[in-house]
Amino acid sequence: MAEAHPVGFQWVMEAKKRGATVIHVDPRFTRTSAVADEFVPLRVGSDIAFLGGVINYILSNELDFREYVVAYTNAATLVTEGFQDTEDLGGLFSGYHPETGTYDPASWQYEGHEEFAQTHEDTHVHRETAAGFQHEAHGPPVSGFVARDETLQDPRCVYQILKRHYARYTPEVVERVCGVPPEQFRKVCEAWTRNSGRERTTALVYSVGWTQHTVGVQYIRAGAIIQLLLGNMGRPGGGIMALRGHASIQGSTDIPTLFNLLPGYLPMPHFKQHETFDMWAEAIRHLGQKGFWAYARCYAVSLLKAYFGEHATEENDWGYGWLPRLTGDHGTYQQVLNMIDGKIKGYFLLGQNPAVGSAHGRAQRLGMANLDWLVVRDLYMIESATFWKDSPEIETGEIVTEECRTEVFFLPAASHVEKEGTFTQTQRMLQWREKALDPPQDCRSELWFFYHLGRLVRERLATSTLERDEPIKKLAWSYPISGQHNEPDAEAVLKEINGYDVATGAPLSGFTQLQADGSTACGCWIYSGVFADGVNQAARRKPGKEQSWVAPEWGWVWPANRRILYNRASADPQGAPWSAKKAYVWWDPEKGEWTGHDVPDFEKTKDPAFRPAPGTIGVHGLAGDDAFIMQGDGKGWLYAPAGLIDGPMPTHYEPAESPLRNPLYAQQANPVRKVYDRPENQLNPAPPERHSEVFPYVFTTSRLTEHHTAGGMSRQLAYLSELQPAMFVEVSPALAEERGLEHLGWAHVVTGRAAVEARVLVTARLRPLRLDGRVIHQIWLPYHWGGSGLVTGDSANDLFGITLDPNVLIQESKVGTCDIQPGRRPTGRALLDYIADYLRRAGLDASHYAPLETPGAGE
Amino acid sequence: MNSLFGPIDPAKDAGYTDAPPRMGFFTDTSVCIGCKACEVACKEWNAVPDDGFDLLGMSYDNTGGLSANSWRHVAFIEQAAPSPAAMDVLREAEATVSTQFLGMPSSTLPGTEGREGRDLRWLMMSNVCKHCTHAGCLDVCPTGSLFRTEYGTVVVQEDICNGCGYCVAACPYGVIDRREDDGRAWKCTLCYDRIGEGMTPACAQACPTQSIQYGELDELRERAAQRVEVLHQRGVTEAKLYGHDPDDGVGGDGAFFLLLDEPEVYGLPPDPVVTTRDLPSMWKHAGVAALGMAAAAVVAFLGRRP
Repeated sequence: MAEAHPVGFQWVMEAKKRGATVIHVDPRFTRTSAVADEFVPLRVGSDIAFLGGVINYILSNELDFREYVVAYTNAATLVTEGFQDTEDLGGLFSGYHPETGTYDPASWQYEGHEEFAQTHEDTHVHRETAAGFQHEAHGPPVSGFVARDETLQDPRCVYQILKRHYARYTPEVVERVCGVPPEQFRKVCEAWTRNSGRERTTALVYSVGWTQHTVGVQYIRAGAIIQLLLGNMGRPGGGIMALRGHASIQGSTDIPTLFNLLPGYLPMPHFKQHETFDMWAEAIRHLGQKGFWAYARCYAVSLLKAYFGEHATEENDWGYGWLPRLTGDHGTYQQVLNMIDGKIKGYFLLGQNPAVGSAHGRAQRLGMANLDWLVVRDLYMIESATFWKDSPEIETGEIVTEECRTEVFFLPAASHVEKEGTFTQTQRMLQWREKALDPPQDCRSELWFFYHLGRLVRERLATSTLERDEPIKKLAWSYPISGQHNEPDAEAVLKEINGYDVATGAPLSGFTQLQADGSTACGCWIYSGVFADGVNQAARRKPGKEQSWVAPEWGWVWPANRRILYNRASADPQGAPWSAKKAYVWWDPEKGEWTGHDVPDFEKTKDPAFRPAPGTIGVHGLAGDDAFIMQGDGKGWLYAPAGLIDGPMPTHYEPAESPLRNPLYAQQANPVRKVYDRPENQLNPAPPERHSEVFPYVFTTSRLTEHHTAGGMSRQLAYLSELQPAMFVEVSPALAEERGLEHLGWAHVVTGRAAVEARVLVTARLRPLRLDGRVIHQIWLPYHWGGSGLVTGDSANDLFGITLDPNVLIQESKVGTCDIQPGRRPTGRALLDYIADYLRRAGLDASHYAPLETPGAGE
Repeated sequence: MNSLFGPIDPAKDAGYTDAPPRMGFFTDTSVCIGCKACEVACKEWNAVPDDGFDLLGMSYDNTGGLSANSWRHVAFIEQAAPSPAAMDVLREAEATVSTQFLGMPSSTLPGTEGREGRDLRWLMMSNVCKHCTHAGCLDVCPTGSLFRTEYGTVVVQEDICNGCGYCVAACPYGVIDRREDDGRAWKCTLCYDRIGEGMTPACAQACPTQSIQYGELDELRERAAQRVEVLHQRGVTEAKLYGHDPDDGVGGDGAFFLLLDEPEVYGLPPDPVVTTRDLPSMWKHAGVAALGMAAAAVVAFLGRRP
C-alpha cells in the first residue's frame, strides 16, 4: 500500500503512531514491509489457503461474533441435500460438467430453492458475459424464503458446511501451501480476531492486484467470509475496501465502461436470455425476492427514459429494442483475439495503454495492427498509438510498417485538472472536481469528445432510413454547451444521472422516487440524490472540523449519501448499538425510528422486532433484523448459493501456471477458469502435466511508487523518470547464484509468450520459500516500461498469457511461471526462435491445451 | 566579526535586530515510506533540473545523493540479515551451487554487523541541507552570494554566485554543489520564497506521512525529543537524533533528523565540524608566524651589520 497508494498509506502510519500493529503479507518485501511491525512473506497465488487458514482458526476456536453471525449472515440457512463439497470430490463441487467446463449449481442452492437454480448452460452464458459484475450493488437473485437452524447444529446449515470445508486449512497446511511458518501465521490470526468483536472492528483493505487471478473473485470472497464471521461489516472501522489503480475506477463500474453492464449494475441485455423488456426486468429481480432490488423495473424504465427521452414510451417498451445485445464474450481479451482474427474493424482506446498495460502484450499489439482504424485519446503518444512503427514486433518482422493496415487517429486528451466532473472513490464517494486551467492546444475533455462525436454521427444519420440507425437517431442528446470550444456542461450530465421528473424537469431527491411508468428519467439509479434539491451535492467541501466525525457534508456517497453500507448491522438485532464505542446507527424506540451518525441503511420506521407475513416480497418482506437489504434473503453470505460460477466457497487452487502440484486437492487449478486455447496463447505447463521444470520459477509484477501503471503518465516526466530510470528485475541472492546473475547486469525472463530483458537487482527483499521440502524462488518485475518516453524498456506484461477468472473475466496477471537467464535476450527473428525452443522443450505445440479437470492424478 | 563556533542564534548573530523565530526541518526517518514526493515537489517548486536517468543499483535510490540538481534526496539502505529460517533456506540453496562474487555490497558496510538473527530492515531517509548554525559555505563565500536569512537559514543567490566553488569544499556534509552546465552553486533554500509568505516548504507540504516536519526550530526540537522517548518506550531503542545539539561541531543544524541507526549508515558524517572553526586560531598562528618571520628578518638585517 505504501508502494502503490502512498497518500492513503498516511492513515496507516497515523494509526501506527497511535499504537496500531501493522502486519504486511506480501510475496516481496516492499516499502510497506519496511514500516510494518511484522512482514509475512507468502507464495504468490496462495492467498485462499492463507485466508482459509484464518477462517479455520476462527471456526475451530469459536472466535466468530456469534450473535452477529446468527442474526445477520446466512450461517443458519440450510443447503440442499445434494450439495457435495470439494472435500468429497477431490477439489470439485457437485454439479461439474467436464464437457463445458462449468458447474450446474442446482445442488448448491438453499434447501427448497432447487427449482430456481440455473443450468450449466446458463452458467456458461454467465461466464461468457462476466455476469458476476452485476452483483457489485446487490446479491444475485434468490428467494427470500429459507429454512434455518438457529442453533447452527444441523450438518446441512452453512455454518457446519463452512467448518467442514476449511477444517483441512490448518497452520501446517498453510505452511505447506504458502510457505508461512505456523508461529507467524498464528500472530496474524490472533491480531485479526483480537481486533474484532463488540468493542473493536477491523477493515480489510486490498489493492486490485489481489483480483488479478483465475480465482480473483474468490480471493475477495474469502476476505468477506472472515469479515462477516468477525462482525466487521456494516460497522464503523470495518468493511472491505478496494484501493483502485486509478482515480474513479469505482465510478467506471458504477457508470460502467464494461461490455456487460449498464449504469447502476443493470445487466446489458443478452440476445437470448433477455429477448423482451419484461424478460430483462424480471431477470434482474428474482420472483419472491426481498429487498430493494425488487424495484428493478423502476430503475430500468428510468434509465431508458434518460437514454431515449420522449421516444421511450410504454408502447415501445421504453425503447428496450434499441439497446445493444450481448451475444457472448465481448470482454477486452476476446476482442483482442477477434482483432487478430479480423473480426473487429475499429477500436477506441481512451486513457488505456494495452500495448504495455494488458496481459500478453504481443497479442494486444498484433490485434491492434489488424484493424481498419484505431482512435487513441491520451495525454502522450503512447505505445498503443505507435505500435505500427516501433513495437517489438517490428524488430521480429511480425508487424511491417508499410503493410500494417491500421489507420491510427491520435486525439490529445485533457488531463484531470483541465476538465470538470466527478471522481468516485473506494468508499463510493463522489467528489466534484473543478477545472483548474484550460487544456492546451487541441486537447479536449472526454465529455467534449463523446458529445461532439455523437452530434456529428447523428447529423450524418439524420436522413437514414435504416433500422440499425434508429437507436442513435432516437437518443436524447441535448446538453448545454459553452465557451470557445463548445464544451458541454458536466453539471447538466450529473443532473441527468441524478434523475428528474419528466413533466417538470425537477431533480429527484433519491432512487425511492423512481417510477416504472415513464414519469421519471434517471441515468444511474444508485447515483440518484447526488443533485438533490438542485444542488451539486458532490461539490460539498465542508471541513471535517465543522461537522460530525462521519462528515456527511463532504462530497456525496451512493446510495442516499450513506457512508457505510448495511449499517443496520452496526446495531444488535434489537436495535441497540453493539457497544458504546462502536455506536453508529440505532433504533430509537420512543420516536419509533432508526437514527444515528449516518443515514440508516434501512427503512426508517421499521421496528427491529418486525416480522413480515410469509410470502411478502420486496422491501416489505425484509424483517426488522434483515440487515443486508440488497440480498435476496436479507443476509450476508458466508456461503454463496448462487451468483458465483466457480463454487459457493473459496477453495485453494493453484494458479494456471504453477511449479507445484496442488497440495490440497487432486484438482490442480480452477476447473471453470476462462481459457482461450490458441497457438499464440500457450500456457506454461503445470503439474500434473509434464515439463513444468522448463519454467521453474514463479514471477509476479506490481507497481513502483515512482511510476503510474503502464507508464503513459510517468515515463514522459523527467522528475519521475529519473527516480526509476530503467526496467529491472528483482531476484534473491540465492537465485542470483543459481543462475549466475550479477547485480546491475542484464538478465532476461522467459515464458511461453515472450522473453523480456531487464537490469538485475539482487536483493534480500526477495527470499526463497521452502514448500513441501522444495525451495521455490520468486522473481519480481515492475510493469511500467515500454518503447516510448524518456526512459524505455521491455514490458513485463508481455510475459503473461491470457487466462481469466470465470466470474468477471479478469486476467491472471499477478502470477506465472518463467525461466531467468543472465545476459540480454536475443533480438529480431532469433527471439522468436528462442521462444519456440522453450515451447518445444516444454512440450507445447499448436495443438496443446491445458486440461481443465485433473482428476485423481495427485494425492 | 561573527562568531564561528558554539551555540548562538544565527539570525541575530548575522545582524538581524528583529528576526522572526528560527525555522527548520525535523525529518523523522522512522515514518518515511520512501515515496520521494519530497524530491519531486522540491524540483517542481524550485525548477531544479533532473539529475540524469541512471540506474544506480543502490536499492531504490537512483539520484545518488544531494547535489546541485537534487536538493532533497531519499536514501535507501537495505540491511540484509535474514531471519534464521530464511538463512536455512538460503544455505540449502547455496549448497547446490558454487560461490561467486555477485557485485553485492560487502557485509562490512556500516550498520550490518551485529544484525545476525534480526530480520531484514529497509531504512529510508530524506536528506537535505542542514542549514547549519555555523555554515562553512557562507563563511567562505567571497561574493556574498550565500547569506543568512532572517529565519536563520542559509540561501544562495544565483545571480551573485560567481562559481568559485569555495563553498563546496567548505561544507562538512557535502551538500552544496556546483551545477555542471552553469558552474554556479545550488542547494536547498528551505523554500525561502514560500516561508516568507507563511507557506510550508514544498517537500514538507508534499510528505504524506509527516516524516518531514517544518516549523520553529525550538518547537521541533521539543517534538523530536518526545518522539524519541515514545519510540524508546515502544522498544525502538536505536532511535536517536542527529544534528539537534547546539553544542555540536556546527552549532546545531537547522534541519535535523531522527535516525534508526548510526549516521554513517545513512552516509552522514558522525561528528561534523564547521570547516571554518579553526579560522581564528589559524589567523592567530599565521600572525605569530608572520611576526616571527618579521623578527627573523630584523635579526637577519641586524646580523648583517658588521
